[in-house]
Amino acid sequence: MKACQLFSVIDEDHTLANSVRFVLNQDPRVSFCGYSIPHPSDNNVNIRVQTTGDSAKDVLKDALHDLVQCASMSDLHLTHLLLSSRQHNQLKRWKLMNNFLVSI
Amino acid sequence: MTKKGFTSALDMPDVPMGKLPDHLEVQRTRVVCKADAPINTEGIQYSGSYATMGIDNSTPLERFRKNFKVEVIRLTEDEMEFDMIGIDAAIANAFRRILISEVPTMAIERVFMVDNTSPIVDEVLAHRLGLTPLDADPRLFEYMSGHDVANERNTIVFKLHVSCKKGSPRLTVKSDQLEWLPDGSKLHEVAPSLPGEQQKTYTSFSGSQMEVSKKPLGVMHKDITIARLGPGQTIELEAHAVKGIGKVHAKWSPVATAWYRMLPEVVFLKEVKGEEAVQLVDKCKQGVFDIEDLGNGERRAFVKNPRACTLCRECLRGVSEDPVELRRVRDHFIFTIESAAAVPPEVLFTEAVKILEEKCERVISELS
Repeated sequence: MKACQLFSVIDEDHTLANSVRFVLNQDPRVSFCGYSIPHPSDNNVNIRVQTTGDSAKDVLKDALHDLVQCASMSDLHLTHLLLSSRQHNQLKRWKLMNNFLVSI
Repeated sequence: MTKKGFTSALDMPDVPMGKLPDHLEVQRTRVVCKADAPINTEGIQYSGSYATMGIDNSTPLERFRKNFKVEVIRLTEDEMEFDMIGIDAAIANAFRRILISEVPTMAIERVFMVDNTSPIVDEVLAHRLGLTPLDADPRLFEYMSGHDVANERNTIVFKLHVSCKKGSPRLTVKSDQLEWLPDGSKLHEVAPSLPGEQQKTYTSFSGSQMEVSKKPLGVMHKDITIARLGPGQTIELEAHAVKGIGKVHAKWSPVATAWYRMLPEVVFLKEVKGEEAVQLVDKCKQGVFDIEDLGNGERRAFVKNPRACTLCRECLRGVSEDPVELRRVRDHFIFTIESAAAVPPEVLFTEAVKILEEKCERVISELS
């Protein structure tokens, strides 16, 4: 069981690596985490995790599980909001939130 | 002996534990946009950043669940603008990247030219056809890899056969002249050697494609100019569309674009009254400021609509002392998705979320 490990993930890029790095940072068991892309032409990313004693693999797994929860929660909120406002307004195509057409 | 204006560190008043002083709170939660460039852009993400002050900077899932909010501002068939509050730039950017390059759509990939005497050269014509958005839901179709047989589950076949008669004026070929062939390709791969023999075409449809897609397929916009023909010129071709992702070629990107910006916040550093206030309201062309009457004939400027701020920084220009501070709220994102595919924008977002989940699951299964 290692507390410091470098994970090299193939077929991944900033999309996953930055999100995982953020979620890892939020975990109090992590003392250092970061990612790097060794070469932009090769499609892989190195994620380094250093913990305060726990297994780095377990901490990374937990962070990935948390990321899945974050993502599905955002989708759930959006879908729930759209469905509830459709029922509330009973319109064929949903009109929303104070009928605000904010032009920016 | 203490010098004048110098306070020893030991004489400083105690910072209250458990709560960040205001300037650190601004550094943690806001990006400050100065006249030349923004500062504090990276953000303090490490959970133990403020450990010495007794503050936990981590966001466990429970706290995230409580604080996270979504508000939809505008929703039409093609476009959606919504706010995500409580999320970080890393995850918002992940969604944006997935929407642009990894959500699949259908687009024309192979074009079989039979006759092309138009002024548009073969490959340019094929390129244009590839970029034409198709009205086909990619969720009903499967990917086609190199050696797969083209069947009704992974290929959509279109035919284009236009000619401009001699003596008639120039003809513009529009995208609605692409005809969908629900029974598959009509071009024969090999000429039949015996009369009456079953002819082998470029696809092997076992049934009509109407069973796969319940409604007729076609192009999304009927008025896209594909080519122009002079008298006596013809185009005859068959186009096969497959499922793909934007990473491989931009024609498969489902969004015209998808972008986000952080919620602007405008804060007055000093009171702006009277003539200065009128000038300030006039300077901002987005209508961020407005005047309020204070009663005794005095007028003061206040922030009416911070959301409209585009960071043009006109309010900071030409003044010696900044009257306002322009900031962005670090965890409030205004997302806009413009769909260019057959799928409405809210469905695109759901698909993007599913793809992020799949990526995580893949790494989790590799780690186990």
